[in-house]
Amino acid sequence: MSILCLKSVVKEYPGVQALAGVSFELEAGEVHAIMGENGAGKSTLIKTVTGAIKPTRGYVVYQGQTLPSGDPRAIIDLGISAIYQELSLFPELTVAENIFYGNETYKGLFLDKAKMNENALSLLKSLGTDIKPEVQVKTLSIGFQQLVELAKAVSKQCKLLIMDEPTAPLTNQEVKYMYEAVRRLQKQGVTIIYVSHRLNEVFDLCDRVTILRDGHYIETLDIDKVTEDELIRLMVGRTITNEYPKRTHELGDDYLSVRSLNSGLVKDVSFSLKKGEILGLAGLVGAGRTEIARLIFGADPLKSGEITIDGVTKLINSPHDAIAAGIGLLPEDRKTQGALLTMSISDNVSYSSLDRFSSKGILQPKLERASTQEFVSKLNVKTPSIDQLVGNLSGGNQQKVVLAKWLLNDCSVLIFDEPTRGIDVGAKSEIYELMRQITQRGVSVIMISSEMPELLGMSDRVLVVHDGSIVKELHPEEYSQETVLKYASGF
Amino acid sequence: MDTTQKSLRVEQPFGKVSLQFLSRYWIFIALVVLIVAFSLLSDSFLSKINLLNILRQVSIIGICAVGMTMVILTGGIDLSVGSMIGVSGMACALMLQAGIPPVLAVFLTLVMGLGFGGITGLLINKIHIPPLIATLGLMTALRGVAYILNGGLPIYGIPESVKFLGQGWVFGIPFPVILMIAVFVLGYVLLNKTAFGRHLYGTGGNEEASRLSGVNVEKLKTKVYLLAFFLSTFAGIVLMARVNSGQPRGGTGYEMDIITAVVLGGVSIMGGSGRLMGVIAGVMIMGVLSNGMILLNIDEYVQWVVKGLVLLVAVGLDQLSNHKSEQ
Ligand SMILES: Nc1ncnc2c1ncn2[C@@H]1O[C@H](COP(=O)(O)OP(=O)(O)OP(=O)(O)O)[C@@H](O)[C@H]1O
Ligand SMILES: [Mg+2]
Repeated sequence: MSILCLKSVVKEYPGVQALAGVSFELEAGEVHAIMGENGAGKSTLIKTVTGAIKPTRGYVVYQGQTLPSGDPRAIIDLGISAIYQELSLFPELTVAENIFYGNETYKGLFLDKAKMNENALSLLKSLGTDIKPEVQVKTLSIGFQQLVELAKAVSKQCKLLIMDEPTAPLTNQEVKYMYEAVRRLQKQGVTIIYVSHRLNEVFDLCDRVTILRDGHYIETLDIDKVTEDELIRLMVGRTITNEYPKRTHELGDDYLSVRSLNSGLVKDVSFSLKKGEILGLAGLVGAGRTEIARLIFGADPLKSGEITIDGVTKLINSPHDAIAAGIGLLPEDRKTQGALLTMSISDNVSYSSLDRFSSKGILQPKLERASTQEFVSKLNVKTPSIDQLVGNLSGGNQQKVVLAKWLLNDCSVLIFDEPTRGIDVGAKSEIYELMRQITQRGVSVIMISSEMPELLGMSDRVLVVHDGSIVKELHPEEYSQETVLKYASGF
Repeated sequence: MDTTQKSLRVEQPFGKVSLQFLSRYWIFIALVVLIVAFSLLSDSFLSKINLLNILRQVSIIGICAVGMTMVILTGGIDLSVGSMIGVSGMACALMLQAGIPPVLAVFLTLVMGLGFGGITGLLINKIHIPPLIATLGLMTALRGVAYILNGGLPIYGIPESVKFLGQGWVFGIPFPVILMIAVFVLGYVLLNKTAFGRHLYGTGGNEEASRLSGVNVEKLKTKVYLLAFFLSTFAGIVLMARVNSGQPRGGTGYEMDIITAVVLGGVSIMGGSGRLMGVIAGVMIMGVLSNGMILLNIDEYVQWVVKGLVLLVAVGLDQLSNHKSEQ
């Protein structure tokens, strides 16, 4: 029995056709994956179903009735909930307050906090987690916050749950919680739409998969009748080797050294990075990898420690100082730390390198645009022009723009914190290729990634971080997910 | 790559284009409508002398609007602009009265303005007082200073050479107007052609992302207040020269006109977006509105009501269009 049915849904934006007449059906009780490249139209499709946007043409039928388009409130009441690509929780409020936001329980005139905490607790338990309803959301890791999002969606008695890249920011361990929660919901009879760029998740969790390309519907397939390679070919329109590009150059001498870095969470971290090397930082969420990166970049204050580049001690008190010393950081959260959503693609890409494009203090647009266009093409950012606002790009394309900003900058040390978060398979392999290219030119890279295959595939050396300290150094011959996990968990 | 870019382009339905056009240029259209309306209602409105008069009247708020635009772009606000105009007029007049050579008096006044700008920058960026509160405090304090400087009395006796700043004519155009145009040109170049301007937009849009891109955000915002205070001080001197005296009440209420002009011009009160071109139109609208209402003998209190409503409409439209574009 079909529960949801899209009828020739079209969504046009100035200069872009995000959806070009998409029709397909969803069976009640299934977990249905939607896959496609960055900018294929997945998020747009989801937003038309939830009423966040109005389709230009076409409509959606839910349980035999046409959905009121562009009316999110009414659609929630019909039993459709969504978790969007970007978290939308209030960090200062408690877990329970977030779950029942806009949906509060009252006792007379006043909020019934006890009741809400109680309901939240049983809800969280039913999802298989032991998060406490009374704690502030900001104290939770991103993974647990995502579970709170899930609980919030489920609290609205939903029959159809839509998840847009729910696992993009999660580590392996946290993904397992998410899996568990999704399976429980399916058992309770909830139908689920699942958007993800991670093939293994789609194979593990989903019953069927629908593929979109450039806003067009391509095909819907049973998951057990399709192989990974086929799926990739359908999404990208060509075949992609699943291999990581090998290093072909010799590593240089030690270039960046950090000695005894200390701050709140980071304890006595020392290591060095060779010229042309890719050094991986592995660890669980909260282990302190991001904190180490931010210390080196001057984004957080350093309590003690020393940073030297090419043997020269550098005083780094701010990102400004770090960039002057040749260190760049691609931050982990693109929405709040990376992208300038209200500015154009070109302005974003050149933002950290404006000196290079100025002559006597005046910007030279020709020079600037030629360079930014080059990187936008290299990374295959999907857009009608480099004047498009970054806020209008799809999530993955925004990430590419932030990446381009750092590739354009002349830094000699680049720290990439989750560089491929939300990026499709095709673009991923291009990014790996680019990382090798820049290291060949002598740039040194520190890479943080929660995707273990990528981390092990790209790194010349891996440091395992646990509880703010480096507990183990691994070399390629010792690489295995088990070894990394063992040290990352503190054994 | 080329093919995907082409396939992304779709034909623009006419209705959408004209809507976009409207939302971008409505301020210019509103200006034209206002001018047409007043010239129909009043015979003297469209005379050359009246138009030049309007330009001369708006030159003070025009000069300040450039600084205010930059402040608002970073997500800040400057409520003290009117008081700064008053203080600088008084301070400069006091020095002139004391016989300090005009060039030196003007220079010292400008230095004083920079000093207050620096203090504001410090309060906002180092002590982290929100701009609204920091400049609200200064607004009251500086107005107090303006009165204290000469026991609440105006100061007369401005030398001829200084009067030229406010009353002179060059090539048939009032000198303050030329000053305003120069400030606009300078502001335009700063905002659109320099790294400073680009970083202003970026910082207003997302301060943390801007900081992590290597912008020294605190320094940038301090510079913005220095600039804004420099301009309001300068405007204060021009006003003093125009009215031939330092007036302790000088500039009272100007913050309202200036902020309205900037927001009318399409600068988002949340920071991060807006163009100086629009602000020019915003300034002109404020000038035409005051002048037209005076010509039509509209009661001063009614004028206040109108100006207040204009501010609310401008901000309302800005918010609505932000909200709409998300759909
Ligand atoms: N508000 C908007 N204005 C203009 N174009 C938009 C807007 N929102 C989306 N688009 C465009 O619509 C297309 C589809 O975007 P969508 O976000 O649906 O992609 P996606 O499949 O979710 O990609 P990703 O995997 O990167 O999240 C993209 O080309 C995007 O640039
Ligand atoms: Mg998306």
